[in-house]
Amino acid sequence: MSAPASLSEPVFPPLAINAELVKGILVGFIRNEVRKVGFERVILNLSGGVDSSLVAVLATEALGAQNVMALILPYKTSDPKSRTDALQMVAQLGLHHLEVDITPQIDAYFARFPEANQVRRGNKMARERMTIAYDQSLAWRALVIGTSNKTELLLGYGTIYGDTASAINPVGDLYKTQVWQLADAVGVPTAIVQKAPSADLWAGQSDETELGFQYRKVDQFLYYLVDRRYSVEELKRLGFEPAFIEDIIRRVRDNQYKRRLPLIAKLSSRTIDREFRYPRDWGH
Amino acid sequence: MSQDGRLTVALAQVDAALGDRDKNLERHRGWIQRARNSGAQLVVFPELSLTGYFLKDLVAETAVSIESPTVKQLSELSRDIDIVVGLVIEEPDHRYFNASLYFSAGELVHLHRKVYLPTYGMFDDTRYFATGNRFRSFKTSFGRAGMLICEDIWHLSSAYVLSLEGVDMIICPSASPGRGISTDERLGTAESYEILCRTYAQFLTSFFLYCNRVGYEDGANFWGGSMVIGPNGDIIARETDADEALVVARVDLGDVRRDRLANPLLRDEKLELTVNELRRVLHERTRKPF
Repeated sequence: MSAPASLSEPVFPPLAINAELVKGILVGFIRNEVRKVGFERVILNLSGGVDSSLVAVLATEALGAQNVMALILPYKTSDPKSRTDALQMVAQLGLHHLEVDITPQIDAYFARFPEANQVRRGNKMARERMTIAYDQSLAWRALVIGTSNKTELLLGYGTIYGDTASAINPVGDLYKTQVWQLADAVGVPTAIVQKAPSADLWAGQSDETELGFQYRKVDQFLYYLVDRRYSVEELKRLGFEPAFIEDIIRRVRDNQYKRRLPLIAKLSSRTIDREFRYPRDWGH
Repeated sequence: MSQDGRLTVALAQVDAALGDRDKNLERHRGWIQRARNSGAQLVVFPELSLTGYFLKDLVAETAVSIESPTVKQLSELSRDIDIVVGLVIEEPDHRYFNASLYFSAGELVHLHRKVYLPTYGMFDDTRYFATGNRFRSFKTSFGRAGMLICEDIWHLSSAYVLSLEGVDMIICPSASPGRGISTDERLGTAESYEILCRTYAQFLTSFFLYCNRVGYEDGANFWGGSMVIGPNGDIIARETDADEALVVARVDLGDVRRDRLANPLLRDEKLELTVNELRRVLHERTRKPF
């Protein structure tokens, strides 16, 4: 496993951000999109990683610590460091928090399906955490705030209706390398920014090992592919290997379904989201 | 206009409740009163200020006709202050226009229908709106003015036509969503608009009033940055933040004459040559077999 390069190496210039400006926009986004639909509070799953820690800081700045609830939802194989890092963020920001060990409910289910592989177990945990977040959001009258970044969303490195589910997501248009910059600038502890990104299904798991490439590299690639719309030929000329190009383009395409609502079979002349098009902020 | 040729303008850099015309009209009343209190004789609201911008199917549902009570109420509000408001106008033939209306002394003085409807990237204007087909100036108590809505100013010809009509002032209501992050202190959009607006002001030697929205719609932010620019290209007043604000500026309309004496660009403009060349280009373009 390569050492995380979140802060140590220079940022790819097109993905360098003015943290103050971006923070202002995202804090405003949270404040505006939460309050105008009649809420004051948000709730989030705080994993102890950089994405959710960043969102916790932004939400606190937007709404005040008294209006932010952090859920800490470990499984028995989660790295204990994740929990202590999450608790450190809770203490630093003065957040409400609730810990629920999800081991009993996960294990009760998989006792019936002992053959289930890691992917099934990981998805189940992500969805279990989502159901807890949505249940607590009702109990606490809060909106669920998402923490999936642009890299994860494009690669489909997340569980549909699991960690990708939320009411609003302030970091979904920031690549992982931009999340690192912003997190560092807004005071997320360096140890959290610098630790190896992990889905934390078990201690020692690493996103970059599992994906087979570094975030720094794929973010550069996605910038050219998605933001600048480079062709495959142009990407090759930039020096990306053909196998890597093919792999990432396939991932982005194959995971498109995770970024969209379920397909609706068209029958009428005004089908939801096809001809029936209203903004979500309708009336707000 | 006061005797000394001075005018106080106010740009109401406001948010809008998306699709809630009544709520927005109430808010307009408040801002108009604030503008009056600040001594302004003209208050400008952003594009679609009465409805919000990313309306989609709400375009038809928030539209009003020129004879509607809403337009009458806005006229009433203009008895002692000129007002520019953005709304969706439904024509008798049921075409919907993204329009900016200029009210003065209790009357509707002018209406501009947005000509350049962005339909690319995050925009889908032509799906919902009919296209305006003219740029016309009009007379106000403060000289000749013209209105261009947001994307209209991304086409140099729009402001050029108004300038040849002899405007002293171009008013640009806008709903520009912010995008383009880098290490700069401002969004890419904000940089571009400043370049555009200052260029028009200086090279057309006219006042330029740019009033942009603030707030968020479906996650998109409107970056504000409303500005009053003098005919020499200098920014007279500007709101740098993306917060609701009334940008008030006291301007000297005599600057138009003085700046045109110093830089007689409009005097030297070769309209006939331009028209001939445009005709030639048009002819050569249409002549091509494919």
